[in-house]
Amino acid sequence: MSEPSSHFRFIGKHRRAVEHKRFVVGKGQYAADIQRAGMLHVALVASPYASAKILFIDASRALAMPGVHTVLTGEELRQGTEPTLPGVDAPQVTRYPMAFDVTRYAGEWVAAVVAETRALAEDAAELVSVQYETLPFIVDPEAALAPGAHLVHPAHGSNVIFQRKFVWGPVDEDFAQCDHQLSYRVCWARNSTVPIETFAVMCDWNDATGVLDVWASIQMPKFPDQLAKALRLPGNAVRVHFDVDVGGSYGVKRGLKHSVLVGFLARKLGRPVRFIEDRIENMRGGDMQGPDRIFDVTLGFQKDGTLRSMRMRALDDIGAYSGRSPLQLGKPVGAIVGPYRIQSVEYDAMAVMTNKTPQEAVRGFGQAPTNYAIETGLDKVARFLDMDRIELRRRNMIGKDEFPYLIPSGTHYDSGDYETVMTKALNAAPLDTIVAERDALRSQGWLAGIGIATCLEPSGGNSSFEPLFNPKNQTTTWMDSCLVRVDLAGTVTALMGTSTSGQAHETLVSTVVGEILHREPDSIRVLHADSLNALPSNSPVGSRMAIMLGGAAAGAAKKIRSKLLHIAAFNLGVAQEDLVYEGGHVTARNDAQKSLSWDALIEIAHRKFHLLPEGMEPGLQEKFVWEVPTGGMLPTEDGRVQMYPCHSFEAHVILASIDPGTCKVSIRRYVCGHDCGVMISPDVVHGMTYGGIAHGLGAALMEKFAFSEEGQLLAGTFMDYLLPTSSEVPAITIVDHCTPSPLTEFGQKGSGEAGYLGSPAAIASAVNDALAPLGASIDHLPMTPQAIWTALQKTQGTNV
Amino acid sequence: MTTQHDIGIRVNGVLQRRRVEPRTTLVDFLRDELGLTGTHVGCEHGVCGACTVMLDDQPVRSCCMFAVQADELRVTTVEGLAPERGQLSKIQDAFCEKHALQCGYCTPGMLIACQALIDLHPHPTEEQVREAISSNLCRCTGYQQIVDAVMHATSPQGQAHV
Repeated sequence: MSEPSSHFRFIGKHRRAVEHKRFVVGKGQYAADIQRAGMLHVALVASPYASAKILFIDASRALAMPGVHTVLTGEELRQGTEPTLPGVDAPQVTRYPMAFDVTRYAGEWVAAVVAETRALAEDAAELVSVQYETLPFIVDPEAALAPGAHLVHPAHGSNVIFQRKFVWGPVDEDFAQCDHQLSYRVCWARNSTVPIETFAVMCDWNDATGVLDVWASIQMPKFPDQLAKALRLPGNAVRVHFDVDVGGSYGVKRGLKHSVLVGFLARKLGRPVRFIEDRIENMRGGDMQGPDRIFDVTLGFQKDGTLRSMRMRALDDIGAYSGRSPLQLGKPVGAIVGPYRIQSVEYDAMAVMTNKTPQEAVRGFGQAPTNYAIETGLDKVARFLDMDRIELRRRNMIGKDEFPYLIPSGTHYDSGDYETVMTKALNAAPLDTIVAERDALRSQGWLAGIGIATCLEPSGGNSSFEPLFNPKNQTTTWMDSCLVRVDLAGTVTALMGTSTSGQAHETLVSTVVGEILHREPDSIRVLHADSLNALPSNSPVGSRMAIMLGGAAAGAAKKIRSKLLHIAAFNLGVAQEDLVYEGGHVTARNDAQKSLSWDALIEIAHRKFHLLPEGMEPGLQEKFVWEVPTGGMLPTEDGRVQMYPCHSFEAHVILASIDPGTCKVSIRRYVCGHDCGVMISPDVVHGMTYGGIAHGLGAALMEKFAFSEEGQLLAGTFMDYLLPTSSEVPAITIVDHCTPSPLTEFGQKGSGEAGYLGSPAAIASAVNDALAPLGASIDHLPMTPQAIWTALQKTQGTNV
Repeated sequence: MTTQHDIGIRVNGVLQRRRVEPRTTLVDFLRDELGLTGTHVGCEHGVCGACTVMLDDQPVRSCCMFAVQADELRVTTVEGLAPERGQLSKIQDAFCEKHALQCGYCTPGMLIACQALIDLHPHPTEEQVREAISSNLCRCTGYQQIVDAVMHATSPQGQAHV
């Protein structure tokens, strides 16, 4: 299916995003742009130690400063709030916005100063004197497993907050029958999405109405509920304004602790209170670092390269407190074999706590590290067998006629044509050209390599990992919803119930509603309802909005269209099946004279009750709440579950060179074959894919939240935590392919994590291909110049 | 810290006189004093470029200079790029056409950086574009569509769009 979008009016066409106009003229409304009269500002006092006991806090000098309103300690906040949930069943691992007795990582907040201006609050924060007694600490996740290791949360009794070993299929038997097995370790460094906008939140409490208004740069499922619960407020006392533009998130904008703190302060002081992280607060104490994993993998395979079984242990260092982080080991269960026919799997998932900054959900929710671990193994097997890496992948890929394909861990892959997409990417490179280039570079004294990686993007974000990792959590729906309204003037408004952080949801909804109703999308207004007005949403996580919000918008629009047809049938005296809906007008198929225009139908719906079919509600607005397709099931006892419904595929083919003098990597050719089904907005999909690849390049080569042995963050600024610029990110060629999903309205799949899920693996593959002639390889990210230099030193024992 | 200074900065063509603390940064002055919230704060240490504005004819980091240092100078922010109210400049239009943004947070600084390049090189090469925007971090786009937009704006097809 090469031109699947040709029968659509608006879907799949190049269109300008409706959001962009306000952004290019500087009229976006980000959380930091919102001002309230009487607004006060927060600055924080943070612990400098990896772990310490708070002995005494003296805020008298700060409070004596004119313009300072209060200094809040962790203890006072603890008394007035509920702890937030650890994500898994570990009730003793409590978490409050600020430490109150013991601090557990360097940068953890211990007091908050509120003043007339942020500058004044910072001045006063410097005058808060905290007396600490330093405590033992632990920063190495493997050492944290050892008996007798210092415990980050002694009440929990262990540093392991979650462990479960899953066995799906006859792993032992399969390994016994394999010709070969190969074991390896790969490490994914702690990095994150690091949006350019830090987290910002403002809260305003109204004594008379008893409502807390919240404006925050938030992307988080169930944020209003959790905030209300932590603040001991009824759910309907917290109004989160989802019309705030969010300056990038990619998973991490979940400042629950920030919002609890600011909400508490606003209530305490009776004034609007705002907190905007500065960059060091964001990097060190914002609790938004990402997965930090050690994978120990064994692959079992035949002489001919056929993969049979896999054992994987994933040890994730989640830092000092828990939220969603352990669950990031859960989502990869839904694509644990990648795009390959591996018939049995043992997966030992382990989350361990250390005295480091806590993790948050990061783009892909743990899938990118797992894909890197699997793909590195494929390259190793190819090298072991002296087989071509591409041929090995081809031999093991699930065939296009095998869908729906059930993987050992219980998920059905919906559809795909992996081999064709990979072939298209190879042809676009084209492979023989880049191989010739690589060889020419090598002959000129450069190190050069070809990288290849193929992987899946599970999409349609469901909650199945919650009951899988915590039997007490029986969540089986992660619905999303939309309301569509046609006013008396005939214009269309749609409401969504969450915020947007760059995914162009207004464009998505207007395109979909326009498609169903045959109305020009640019004429359709899309609003972000606040949390008290909104229908349920689980926010744009897990590559879900094209599927879930797109599906909900389509569902609501179809109900509108159906109502219009019903009205027309009644008034024209024609059966509904004999009517044609075209451009919003309804006409009898066999009699063009029998017709009602859009305007006439709207007029009847809104004003002419006497012309409405009996029992029909007047007016014209419809909601649709959609359950995740394939959702609704609890896991089996042996831990099998349908994780996400849809599965996009990507194949990365690249040529990289390494400067032998500086060991810096340059990407010379980058091709990504991509199949996410029907693209509703191709420009949006391509943009996310380019951005995901760039983000993955950072993870592969540059980005790491490094900690010293003393537990101090060493990369807390953009001078030492390096983000890719336009100098590092190459020109990228995306090759589209479309295998529609059978599970969605238009055949769409998700794409919010596209690119990022495969590019770290592909770039690592290229670097290792470049190093291979010298007998060197690297099994940890990021592959910085220093890491490459060290690898070469180890192998050669000479200067490069 | 508290000695106030009287300054006058011509912002987007309008002379703005204010009394400020010497430690007030230019970006805080623009956002908090003038309400020009189009200019964003990203890192406050001069790396990300989100706060880039034009100072006279040079793109500068408005987080890394004080408002008093801009006294008697001209500042152009994203709000001052369009030729007329309701219109878009060529580069703003090209950003929309080529989808050169997603979350929009780096966009104002990126537009200023691109405009500074175009002022200097009306027909830049792709390499020049990549060099010019390497001063600004974007986490959404991978820069590809930004490069496309600048090439579009500086080619004969790039037309102003109202």
